[in-house]
Amino acid sequence: MEASLSLFVRAVFVENLALAFFLGMCTFLAISKKIETAIGLGVAVVVVQVITVPLNNLIFHYLLSAGALTWMGLADVDLSFLGLISYIGVIAAMVQILEMTLDRYFPALYNALGIFLPLITVNCAILGGTLFMVERHYDFGESVVYGLGSGVGWALAIVALAGLREKLKYSDVPDGLQGLGITFITVGLMSLGFMAFSGIQL
Amino acid sequence: MSRLRRLLDRAQPLFTKGGPYEKFNALFEAVDTFFYTPADVTRQAPHVRDGIDVKRVMGYVVIAAVPAILMALWNTGYQANSAMAGLAVDSAPGWRGAVLDGLGVGYDPASVWACAWHGLLYFLPVYLVTLAVGGFWEVLFAAVRNHEINEGFFVTSMLFALIVPPAIPLWQVALGISFGVVIAKEVFGGTGKNFLNPALAGRAFIFFAFPAQMSGDGVWTAVDGFSGATPLALAAVGGVEAITAAGVTWWQSFFGEIQGSLGETSTLACLLGAVFLLYTKVASWRIMAGVVAGMIVTTWLFNLIGSATNPMFELPWHWHIVLGGFAFGTVFMATDPVSAAMTDTGKWIFGILIGFMTIAIRVVNPAYPEGIMLAILFANIFAPLIDYFVERANIRRRRRRSA
Repeated sequence: MEASLSLFVRAVFVENLALAFFLGMCTFLAISKKIETAIGLGVAVVVVQVITVPLNNLIFHYLLSAGALTWMGLADVDLSFLGLISYIGVIAAMVQILEMTLDRYFPALYNALGIFLPLITVNCAILGGTLFMVERHYDFGESVVYGLGSGVGWALAIVALAGLREKLKYSDVPDGLQGLGITFITVGLMSLGFMAFSGIQL
Repeated sequence: MSRLRRLLDRAQPLFTKGGPYEKFNALFEAVDTFFYTPADVTRQAPHVRDGIDVKRVMGYVVIAAVPAILMALWNTGYQANSAMAGLAVDSAPGWRGAVLDGLGVGYDPASVWACAWHGLLYFLPVYLVTLAVGGFWEVLFAAVRNHEINEGFFVTSMLFALIVPPAIPLWQVALGISFGVVIAKEVFGGTGKNFLNPALAGRAFIFFAFPAQMSGDGVWTAVDGFSGATPLALAAVGGVEAITAAGVTWWQSFFGEIQGSLGETSTLACLLGAVFLLYTKVASWRIMAGVVAGMIVTTWLFNLIGSATNPMFELPWHWHIVLGGFAFGTVFMATDPVSAAMTDTGKWIFGILIGFMTIAIRVVNPAYPEGIMLAILFANIFAPLIDYFVERANIRRRRRRSA
């Protein structure tokens, strides 16, 4: 329990995907103009992350890693070079299935998430979460916690950025910096604030 | 009409649109409004009749910082003179030694006069560099972007000078204030339009860029070769026992006779400033109360959890409040009206978040001994979001009431 909690806190704050690793920047910068849409996107990322990271964990452990195919009688087969394409395929398929399920059974939620679900397929924060899971040898339970934590951390960052950008509507930014330019500076200053967590050992 | 007013009036046509010094209108306006109340009046509704304006708000903050400035002068000199007495050095090196010898004030740590002079020779260069470099950027942006020079700059530069270590190289001061003024404020359009506290952003920038000069044991006393840990760093190693073993009592910490950045050591001076700011209603009591409440509750929680290996868990709240920059940050930095939350409930949440983060960083993050700077920057990031949710809740409540 304590180990899970510390893994969760680490994934949300210390190793924040957006502000410590700068992953998923394209959607992070593009869909952060309004708080409401940012919350929608954030929730979608959390959901997808919680599903795909554990799923990829299972695929890695029972199909891809060295010796994983022993149950088929193929003890010395190492398929880990197929990792990238499998993970991204799983993510794309999962998002598609999730979208269809939501459309059929939870139309309200489907409408709220709207365009964001397909958009997330190509969000590198999602693939990044899976790759970190593989690299750090998380077991299944840890990968659930990590998926949740990294998703929540990313969602928190994008909602905070949307809050700042709504406030910055009233600022007077020089012409050359308007739009993406000032957003990049804002994100940089945000990660300065998130430096508060760097160095914490949990 | 005084002679100064006549001079300013005669100079005015030179700076208005079409005049030869049109570009420097901001500079003229700054001088003019510094000495006299501007003649501009609001032409459209809403009209608020009040004597308070940005100039007065900012002026009051500088006045509130005066006790901290005086303590900075005395304590910097006192720490330096005590260290010199301990090391048996009888004259400060370089130009400071020449000035002090020329004045004949000596190096007696018991003499307030001698200490204040010695401290002044450290504080003044830092402050002048801050003012000159920061002022340069401010005027440049005002001239090019055609906005006014704001008195907020005096606050930023004064606060920035008070939160750097005494022995900091001056070029780092220049770099820090440049980052604070340009990146954290002017690119967003100047005073009132930024989202981070400029002084703190500058301080954080040099903190991460030059850790050797901004942290450790050698930078807190302005004497070469003297190494002394701040009480907060001592507490991280051995708890309250380590502080008292080093000969520092609670009252000394409260009064500010400890090592630290130039002007942040004295809780008493910050308290005096806080009384003035609260009396004039320039600073928000909700934020200050929130920070202190968050700090006390978090400390109490950590005390309750306890730890066998980390003595910071045991440090009681009345020590947390007098160590490091907690008091200074609470009074002068967290209450910055631009970067803090705007709603009343939001101010409480904002303050509590700062208090919680400060203690959490101090206790569980071994990388930084002090947490208030990053805690405030962190809370600045979430301030607009806090306001948003407070507003939402407000709307929901009113809708329910009328339904």
